[in-house]
Amino acid sequence: MADLKYESPTTTEAAVALLAAGGGMARVFAGGTDLLVQMHEEMIEPTLLVDIKNIEEMRKITFETDYVRIGAAVTGAELGENDKLVAMWPGVVEAVELIGSYQVQGRATIAGNLCNASPAADSVPAMIAAGARVCIAGPTGKLEIPVEQMLVSPGKTSLVQGEFVTSILLPNRSSNAGDAYLRFIPRTEMDIAVVGVGVSIELNADGVCSSARLSLGAVSATAQLVEAASGILVGNKLDDTVLDALASAASEACSPIDDKRGTIEFRTKVAGVLACRATKIAWQRAEKN
Amino acid sequence: MARHHITTTINGDEVEFACEPGQTLLEVLRTELGMTGTKNGCGSGDCGACTVIVNDRPINACLVLGVELEGAQVETIEGMAEGTELHPLQQKFLDHAALQCGICTPGILNMAKAFLAKNPDPTESEVRYGLAGNLCRCTGYDKIVRAVLDAAQEMRAPI
Ligand code: FES
Ligand code: FES
Repeated sequence: MADLKYESPTTTEAAVALLAAGGGMARVFAGGTDLLVQMHEEMIEPTLLVDIKNIEEMRKITFETDYVRIGAAVTGAELGENDKLVAMWPGVVEAVELIGSYQVQGRATIAGNLCNASPAADSVPAMIAAGARVCIAGPTGKLEIPVEQMLVSPGKTSLVQGEFVTSILLPNRSSNAGDAYLRFIPRTEMDIAVVGVGVSIELNADGVCSSARLSLGAVSATAQLVEAASGILVGNKLDDTVLDALASAASEACSPIDDKRGTIEFRTKVAGVLACRATKIAWQRAEKN
Repeated sequence: MARHHITTTINGDEVEFACEPGQTLLEVLRTELGMTGTKNGCGSGDCGACTVIVNDRPINACLVLGVELEGAQVETIEGMAEGTELHPLQQKFLDHAALQCGICTPGILNMAKAFLAKNPDPTESEVRYGLAGNLCRCTGYDKIVRAVLDAAQEMRAPI
């Protein structure tokens, strides 16, 4: 870290310029809970940190006409304290709140969890299920893409040099909608998902599913949208036949790693089980709303 | 190399320090300011030994840079007692023998203080989750949890 520099711009434009000038050796710095660990372990040796926490728009949660915008430097703790957001997207917030301890929650961001690009990142399946979009700023201008499009491979996103995430957009909800996130971990707290499932459901006035998205984490190289799930749920009410089909679809979508925390067989089976459980929770929330 | 000049408030006192861009708050406290009450366990956000309170939030000082602290309010273990009068949490840790080597203790006390400020009447399970980011390798967690619950009770209804 001999020649590390630190800058804290106050506008997005200034951050873009600094990152462009820093070339491949510049890193965006928000919560730092992944970045500083990687620096300590000398996995990366950046020469410039661009702290985005002094850019006002990065610190805010704003409710706009079609979506809620979460600035890239908003912490997990701040998400959990926003009652309106929690009421709208409880599953996304509970996924974020599973990341690390209270101490980590005071720093870590949902945007950082996405950019770190771990296949097991808790907030990512919840965001994909939610149909979340990512706003990106870079040297060639601004861009907005679905979350799943940003995931390339473990540790790698589609961001090119000089680009960085400025905010995450979660769509506004109809009244009969609910979401949920569940994960399996070998401990009860402070662990990394062996399987993670995010589900978002909308029901029509008759209590029939009108739209659904289900996403799996930790069972393939990147979190994925399980396309088959929506076909199984939409047009139906929740019964055993639908749940069995959903469990099979989730298990079939898995191509997990095999390690001591979870074998291929275990991860595949648990993906189906959690898909059903998370769907039931999302469904109940939709009925209550 | 460019050192940054930072003015911050630590335990109510204005403090100035100079630090290098990559220096963590933990390093600043321990080496630049000689405040060794904050402990270094893992340096990677896993053990909670370095927990301090910044702008009312508990954080791991090993995962914060000194340069970020311009204008911040920092609370460390050195500011917990009022003169010679121990904070109720400190007293209850002594009463319940909730420490052995003591490396984890400053971090746990700060985390417990921040936690009780938000949740003054927690259940045992809430305390256990609240302290899940703080590891203790000698005392065992039961005494720690009991000390926090007892302190919470006293802080709600001081005798
Ligand atoms: S030393 Fe900071 S969390 Fe362990
Ligand atoms: S008292 Fe030794 S680590 Fe907790």
